[in-house]
Amino acid sequence: MAEAAVDRGAQTATAPTKRPTTDRAKAERRLAYWLCAPAVLVMVAVTGYPIVYAVVLSLQRYDLRFPASRGWVGLDNYIQVLTASTWWKDVLSTVIITLCSVGIELVIGTLLALVMHRAIFGRGMVRAAILIPYGIVTVVAAFTFLYAFQLNTGFVADLLGYKSDPLTNTTGSYAVIIITEVWKTTPFMALLILGGLVLVPDELHEAAKIDGASAVQRFFRITLPLIRPAILVALLFRTLDAFRIFDTPFIQTRGANGTETVSILGYNTLINRVNLGLGSAISVLIFIAVILIAVLFIKGLGTSTAQQRGEV
Amino acid sequence: MPRSAREKTMWSIAIGVVLLYAVIPIIWIISLSLKKPGDIADRKFLPTGGISFDNYTSIFDTSEFTHALINSFGIAAISTLISILLASMAAYAVARLKFAGKALILSGALAIAMFPPISIVGSLFAAWRSIGLFDTWPGLIIPYMTFTLPLGIYTLSAFFREIPWELEQAAQVDGATPWQAFTRVILPLATPGIFTAAVLVFIFAWNDFLFATVLTSTDASRTVPATLAFFTGGSQFADPTGQVSAAAVVVTIPIIILVLIFQRRIVAGLTAGAVKG
Repeated sequence: MAEAAVDRGAQTATAPTKRPTTDRAKAERRLAYWLCAPAVLVMVAVTGYPIVYAVVLSLQRYDLRFPASRGWVGLDNYIQVLTASTWWKDVLSTVIITLCSVGIELVIGTLLALVMHRAIFGRGMVRAAILIPYGIVTVVAAFTFLYAFQLNTGFVADLLGYKSDPLTNTTGSYAVIIITEVWKTTPFMALLILGGLVLVPDELHEAAKIDGASAVQRFFRITLPLIRPAILVALLFRTLDAFRIFDTPFIQTRGANGTETVSILGYNTLINRVNLGLGSAISVLIFIAVILIAVLFIKGLGTSTAQQRGEV
Repeated sequence: MPRSAREKTMWSIAIGVVLLYAVIPIIWIISLSLKKPGDIADRKFLPTGGISFDNYTSIFDTSEFTHALINSFGIAAISTLISILLASMAAYAVARLKFAGKALILSGALAIAMFPPISIVGSLFAAWRSIGLFDTWPGLIIPYMTFTLPLGIYTLSAFFREIPWELEQAAQVDGATPWQAFTRVILPLATPGIFTAAVLVFIFAWNDFLFATVLTSTDASRTVPATLAFFTGGSQFADPTGQVSAAAVVVTIPIIILVLIFQRRIVAGLTAGAVKG
């Protein structure tokens, strides 16, 4: 990756409009590379090396309980994962959690952003308050909601009047996991959308107001189209983040009641079954899935983010 | 009702709802941690049966929790220090200097920030066990670079872009080299932004659970989130709910204080400099 950066640098260096052949420009470029090199090298090393090693491990039969039978097996681990129903069930539960939580977050996040942007007083207070869920350790949030909803400790049961523990059935478990995720990460969504809202010129709203547009019309006709890029970026971040969800379901259900996510499957295979070969195949598959999601998003949204960048 | 008064009530309600949204879970976990052991299962929102600090005294009596707290602080602080140092250099270059490959660095950092940790914990587990980094501080600090560095580069480039260009140029006109312009002019101006980025990075490192669970096994390096997940309490017979709640409150309070102190700048950092403080 570092090499690629240098290569590109060499190619484009000859092209720019005002040939940067002066000593100062050269010194500047050299300084830039020196300043970036440590961070780039560390990033490449800490992610590149383990992912390559994961690919290597995924091509081996490597079970720590039977170290003697270690050997190359080609794509066998991948075939074993992809032909087992567990993987696909876990993909489905991960997708359910991702779609539900990101969808709800988008709606609540937009509302929160509007409150922060338009409130005639108390903006600072609201901003400070919503940063609290954002700053809280995910494991702590997971325990907080677990204790609130489970039957023997929680106050929610009497409030909503349910008699059986939600964490013993599928719907209840999904609901608690999704509620926890939404509470914890909506602020992030809201702040990104707020970042888009502050770029919407006030004059547009004033003009539309004079023309008699209602607040709702103004939101859907003016605000929403203009904050589309910010929303799409927020969705991209959150979708990728939600797809690798691990902490909340691990604490709340350990993957029981059909809430096992792909990350939990990877963890169980790698750490509980100490099957490094099979577990690494799952790890690599999750990595590929995340890349696919990112590519799909970026392809779909490339134009609007480019537009936004052009505007800023 | 005059329009402004109605609007005021409307906003008061909206703000009230947001505040409740944010603080109810916090009040709940604090309340649970203060309940007497016999009241843990009373299913009341507030500790109406009386307040007790037993849960707090008992977690601080166990080395399991105190060690975890030290590990969490130390590992998060060192990760923050290293990544902010490296990220500041890179972010300065990205924000201020002309060079090819700038976009590549930013998009590369972004791509790495999106990296699923589960994809590398297995191979790190295998590698760390064979080279002796398993269950050590560096064994966690190194993988933390996968998310602390990109986050640092991103927020810092946003902050650095806000610093007025003219000052740097003025310094260079006065004969300063780019390096001098960096250390004498930009660095002092950048300090508040660097501090905020450090807070953000610290929160992320403090929050990690997956790496800490997989790559540690004892209180030599196990951090609080991982300890909490496997916390059994002082005795096997005691229900750990109260103690887990107390520990949860202990790790939450410092973060809330940090967030409240730096809230304005954190918002600016997260929205990539779009909000003018």
